[in-house]
Amino acid sequence: MKNFNGKILFLDRSDINTDEIIPAKYLTELTKAALKPYCLEDLSLPGFDPKKDIAGKSVIVTRANFGCGSSREHAPWVLECNGINIVIAENFARIFRQNMFNCGLMAISLEPAVIDELFKLFAGTDATLTTDLENKTFTVSNAKTSKVYPFTIGEFDLELVKAGGWVSYADSKY
Amino acid sequence: MGKTLAQKIFDAHTVDTPAPGVRVLSLDRVFCHEITTPIAINDLVAIGKDRVFDPEKIKAVIDHVTPAKDSKTAEQGKTMREWAKRHGIKDFFDIGANGVCHAIFPEKGFVRPGFTVIMGDSHTCTHGAFGAFAAGVGTTDLEVGILKGVCTMREPATIKVVLNGKLRAGVFAKDVILAVIKLLTVNGATDKVIEFTGPAVDAMGMDSRMTLCNMAIEAGGTCGVCYPDMVTVDFLWPFIQNDFPSREAALAEYSKWLPDADAVYDKVVTMDVSELEPMVTFGYKPDQVKTVREMEGTPVNQIYIGSCTNGRLEDLRIAAGILKGKKISENVRAIVSPATPKIYRDALKEGIIEIFMDAGFCVTNPTCGACLGMSNGVLANGESCASTTNRNFNGRMGKGGMVHLMSPATAAATAIAGVITNSPLFTGK
Repeated sequence: MKNFNGKILFLDRSDINTDEIIPAKYLTELTKAALKPYCLEDLSLPGFDPKKDIAGKSVIVTRANFGCGSSREHAPWVLECNGINIVIAENFARIFRQNMFNCGLMAISLEPAVIDELFKLFAGTDATLTTDLENKTFTVSNAKTSKVYPFTIGEFDLELVKAGGWVSYADSKY
Repeated sequence: MGKTLAQKIFDAHTVDTPAPGVRVLSLDRVFCHEITTPIAINDLVAIGKDRVFDPEKIKAVIDHVTPAKDSKTAEQGKTMREWAKRHGIKDFFDIGANGVCHAIFPEKGFVRPGFTVIMGDSHTCTHGAFGAFAAGVGTTDLEVGILKGVCTMREPATIKVVLNGKLRAGVFAKDVILAVIKLLTVNGATDKVIEFTGPAVDAMGMDSRMTLCNMAIEAGGTCGVCYPDMVTVDFLWPFIQNDFPSREAALAEYSKWLPDADAVYDKVVTMDVSELEPMVTFGYKPDQVKTVREMEGTPVNQIYIGSCTNGRLEDLRIAAGILKGKKISENVRAIVSPATPKIYRDALKEGIIEIFMDAGFCVTNPTCGACLGMSNGVLANGESCASTTNRNFNGRMGKGGMVHLMSPATAAATAIAGVITNSPLFTGK
């Protein structure tokens, strides 16, 4: 199972699409690792600098409809290449969400009010998230505050996370 | 409790229910192209599982960058070519025979009512026009599809979009779907199937229905579907005539997929299209839609007519009808990409290609290239394109570029005017 703990990258915008996460011109790369330098290269978000803001981060917290657009699994791959194994948002585009779990990564939806609170309490600070998969809680902390947030994950999604992805699961079963 | 079209297809294809709300479906078709498939192939090779579940049900094409533009895209093509050969995938469309996946696969009769279809491409929802469940997936789902012929899907809720009335002259399926996306918003149909029905859909041919279903994903939809009817049967007849004694018999068989009268919908949206005007997008999201009238006079640098949304013969005919005897504005450049070799040939025979060339268009081979800024029409920073494609994301057709999505009629008229304008076909207010 992959690591779902670490420092948070806050992306304060809805509808961040797959072309922003990894532009189409890089889809000709033949290995996942080659994608690494291009993560969120075209993201339209004032103040965001992909060259400085991604390094050292392991978690993305963002708003609604993250990952909309193309089916490219290069989007989860480029996040994983950069050490980001979990995205927390109000909700996700279907294909992106499925791609995350298929890779053994996590895409977790939280209520808009909870996302709002995460932004209010922790955005702009040196915040860390710790995932407890047994109890299904996140602990989010910075120098001032520490809070526990429950989350839900589908039974099957959890199996994929534990199995490390859909390929080995499916091949053993069907 | 009655079932929707998608629920009926799910029930007929369920292999496993690994958890509540999740189905593992058997697949009738796994479609592949050279952008998302090679990494799946390489992974299967790496894990010692270089197999395919059924070479007859797998169809493959090189369409996104073709002919190859550099060593990397050449490598992607090579990977596909060698894989198709070693597994006996007969329906592999390589240079000379290749076209845009969501145009060439239906053209070959590969999609039938009630089928389950996946492809590593978000616009796979196009094939729902045939009354099939067709969904875009990532490379891992594609990889398992290739290996085992199955795919997991969450139980589909369905939004029913009833399109009443009759489209006015100069208003097309593209205008309808842009209006629907504006109404539903970019995630209004996330995890849902959209059933398109009503008199306006009944009146559409398959080309228009594919345009409609193609953009279901732009509202977040898993699949857009139209109900199989005699229009569907007539389109498929050359491919199914040995399977059925008559067209009526085919329709009777396909009608089993129609939703029940008491099917339960997440939402029912009714729209009267009689007063609809030509539509165009103005921002970086496909739900940012205005009437062409509101955007009249907006300058553009490039016109692009093509793609899986609007590169079919009907689209080229409509555009050529407007361009005949005219020249494009000196302030723009214009590109047309017939979506398949057959469309290209038919357009040649009908004199359509000559009309485009006389007007000043560059005619390219069938390819997806420009739509996603990969080849054959990439925009420069600060440029804009009047485009019949499906996605207007920031930088989609080139970094710093703006895309205005519109119908082929509006694109043709805009090419002549050099600024966004209504086509002469539209005389309404």
